[in-house]
Amino acid sequence: MINIPVLRWGEPYQSLDQNEVVHFRTGETLAKVGQANPGLLARDMRKAHRAREVLREIPIPELVDMTKKAADLFLKATLPLGDGEQSPDDFARQQSASTGLPEHMTKFNMEKNHFVLTNMDQILDALTRGLDLDILSRGYGVEARKPDLPLSYQAQSPVLGMVLPSNSPGVHTLWLPVIPMQIGLVLKPGPQEPWTPYRMAAAFVEAGIPRECIGIYPGGGEMGAEVVNRCGRVMIFGSAQTVQHYSGNANVQVHGPGYSKILLGDDLVDQWEDHIDLMVDSIYKNSGRGCINCSGIWASRHTKEIAEAIAERIGPIEVKDPEDPEAGLAAFTVDGQAEAIWGMIEEGCSEDGVTHVTAKHGDRLESMERCAYIRPTILHCDSPDRKMANTEYMYPFASVVECPQEQMLEKIGHTLVVSAITEDEAWAAQLADATNVDRLNIGPLPTIALNWLQPHEGNLVDFLFRARAYQTTPARMGT
Amino acid sequence: MSLEEKVKLAAEALDARAVEMVKWHFSPQTGCKFWLEWADKQDWNPLEEIKSFSDISNKFPNFQDEWLRDLQPEVWVPKEYEGIPFNIFETGGTTGMPKQRIGWDDYKVDYSEFSETLTDEHFPRNHYWIMVGPTGPRRLRLAIEHLANVRGCSCYFVDLDPRWVKRLIKNGQGDQAKAYMEHVVDQATTIMKHREVSAVFTTPKLLEAIAERFEAEGSSLYDAGVRGVFCGGTTMNPQYTRFLMEELLENKIGFVPTYGNTLMGLAKHKPFEPEDNFSITYHAPQPRAVLRVVNPDTNEPVEYDEWGRVELTTMTKEFFMPRFLERDEAKRRPPIDPYPWDGVAEVRPFGAMQKKIVEGVY
Repeated sequence: MINIPVLRWGEPYQSLDQNEVVHFRTGETLAKVGQANPGLLARDMRKAHRAREVLREIPIPELVDMTKKAADLFLKATLPLGDGEQSPDDFARQQSASTGLPEHMTKFNMEKNHFVLTNMDQILDALTRGLDLDILSRGYGVEARKPDLPLSYQAQSPVLGMVLPSNSPGVHTLWLPVIPMQIGLVLKPGPQEPWTPYRMAAAFVEAGIPRECIGIYPGGGEMGAEVVNRCGRVMIFGSAQTVQHYSGNANVQVHGPGYSKILLGDDLVDQWEDHIDLMVDSIYKNSGRGCINCSGIWASRHTKEIAEAIAERIGPIEVKDPEDPEAGLAAFTVDGQAEAIWGMIEEGCSEDGVTHVTAKHGDRLESMERCAYIRPTILHCDSPDRKMANTEYMYPFASVVECPQEQMLEKIGHTLVVSAITEDEAWAAQLADATNVDRLNIGPLPTIALNWLQPHEGNLVDFLFRARAYQTTPARMGT
Repeated sequence: MSLEEKVKLAAEALDARAVEMVKWHFSPQTGCKFWLEWADKQDWNPLEEIKSFSDISNKFPNFQDEWLRDLQPEVWVPKEYEGIPFNIFETGGTTGMPKQRIGWDDYKVDYSEFSETLTDEHFPRNHYWIMVGPTGPRRLRLAIEHLANVRGCSCYFVDLDPRWVKRLIKNGQGDQAKAYMEHVVDQATTIMKHREVSAVFTTPKLLEAIAERFEAEGSSLYDAGVRGVFCGGTTMNPQYTRFLMEELLENKIGFVPTYGNTLMGLAKHKPFEPEDNFSITYHAPQPRAVLRVVNPDTNEPVEYDEWGRVELTTMTKEFFMPRFLERDEAKRRPPIDPYPWDGVAEVRPFGAMQKKIVEGVY
């Protein structure tokens, strides 16, 4: 059992208030995590400017090199953690034991973080569209292609606040480019997932990044609210209600449910059998936990056959131990959550026109002493107007929805990822213009296919920096 | 005298008080209308059967707060006080018809006694105080002024309406609640900047906000002249207490946590020792009031350091209230030398671990 302190700009602070992180199957206490009271952050934020100042003392290319070094440390090294230390295997085991993800998936997520850190130079180049990164440091400058036109990007906050979730360790890739852009971090970890923020902070520090640019403030809901109140820029993960709550707040970027979908165009829908692997992967990979996992497959015809075919593939999947390399399902580790979700699904299935297609493959809900699982679930909806046609749950769940192609764009609502399987260029053009779609894949691409060089739910650079006018004398510009 | 002997003497004094107060409130010559009528409906006679405090715990049912909401105040007037105008005090920050308690001089007694626990270093005599918190119909405002006066001090007041704050928070109007708090802090810091104030009586969250305002301006509570702080009204767990003492009060300003209400009076806190690790323990103003930490299903006290519900019994000539279950839970703590009876520690709203409680700024 490890005691993990609050980190106040890199300095450990032993809180008297502690939260136990327990193994979801055995109940073993894995760690005691010190809880910060909101006032600590309120006071520390008076020194937030120091985080950016110390980072600006290091040129961005050097910070990028440090993140590459941190990548290897994160993936391979035994690093300090609280009053103990943590090997990569410890990390995978601990993260699995508290989040419910199978161990091989936690290792895969480590690889994802490693990939992003290792390719940081390319990612920054892509996100800034090739901007001379010195302009971010200095606040202004010129580009070689237009040497007489000053450019200015002004940091909107010395730190980015992150209110992180417990259920999906994959989201951590989103904040990794922040430090090399010379912006500090205020992290509020999810109660069951303190592991990645602390390990990443340890890897950064070991790689030479100043410890005073990172604060980690574990705590409850009021701590999350304090992060939102105190940081000039905040990224928060939550429900559709959270998204609604912060709608219109330019300081807050909210990552809510994805409602990601595969849309089959009328031109290719008759060849649906060619794309079953893609559909199954989109629904089932990473235990269906991500916002990029597919929760809806929409087509104008063959929907019953499609639903049956997917159900045949993933309906029989059984619960396996988290250490099993074949385990494909993650546990629900929050008491009562799986039961509540299954209750909602059962209620949804009582509506005419909604069919539970995986029912024939056995019970879905499996309750255990300290956790529960829901086995992959496929519904068929005969109309996009059914309540279950546009829902998302954090496990392999999808509705196959019958909907005329011409109605799809209107009926799908806000959708994080659309994979449109079509060669109909006119429809592809409509999809490209649809502002309710964030990530767009045209062609047979799974919803979970990520290109890290592309933005995710908004460009991080645009969120942290504001392009503005900046004029000065030519002599000064040259200095 | 050993602690054991002190505990025994305190228990004897409590038993004597119990008998005396039951005799007072249940005798037709001295009692109030409510208790006399209540006794008539029982199949037992308190005058004959209450011989100790444990008899009160075992024979009386829990006091119903509806009695203080639904009945006119005069039913609580003891015969001896008839014709003497009384104060009407209201409790807490709830909405709807509040609980009301009448009184004459009770509020002065606890606070005069409390003054003896304060040091001149942190609460200098013949100076100025400020109270930032609920005034209105609560007895706190008069009590604080009395306490200041006992020490030769005068007190400034900034009001806060906790009922309005709770309503704003419940309605999701966080911006309004924040603006109201800013308004209160504005008023308090304005007085503190323009007048000499050495002691502050407020809630923990307001203390944070006031300190933050001074610090944002490059000052601090200490630099502003504050030498002593009373704090109460909302939960202070050990971490939060440590935060207040170390970071806001810089280990230089005297910190006196308070637990009190209209129905009880004021409990005193156990002086901090390093082994307490910032856990706050309060001891009721016994024998005038008794706090027990009980399992409400069995009516038995829980073990020491176990959590239970706080039960209050008040026994003064002005008011008798047996076995009122507070909306708080706490850990039971053993008697100590200055207060040789049980204490209540780490008080928090009952069920706080099970559900979200709206405490607001008060």
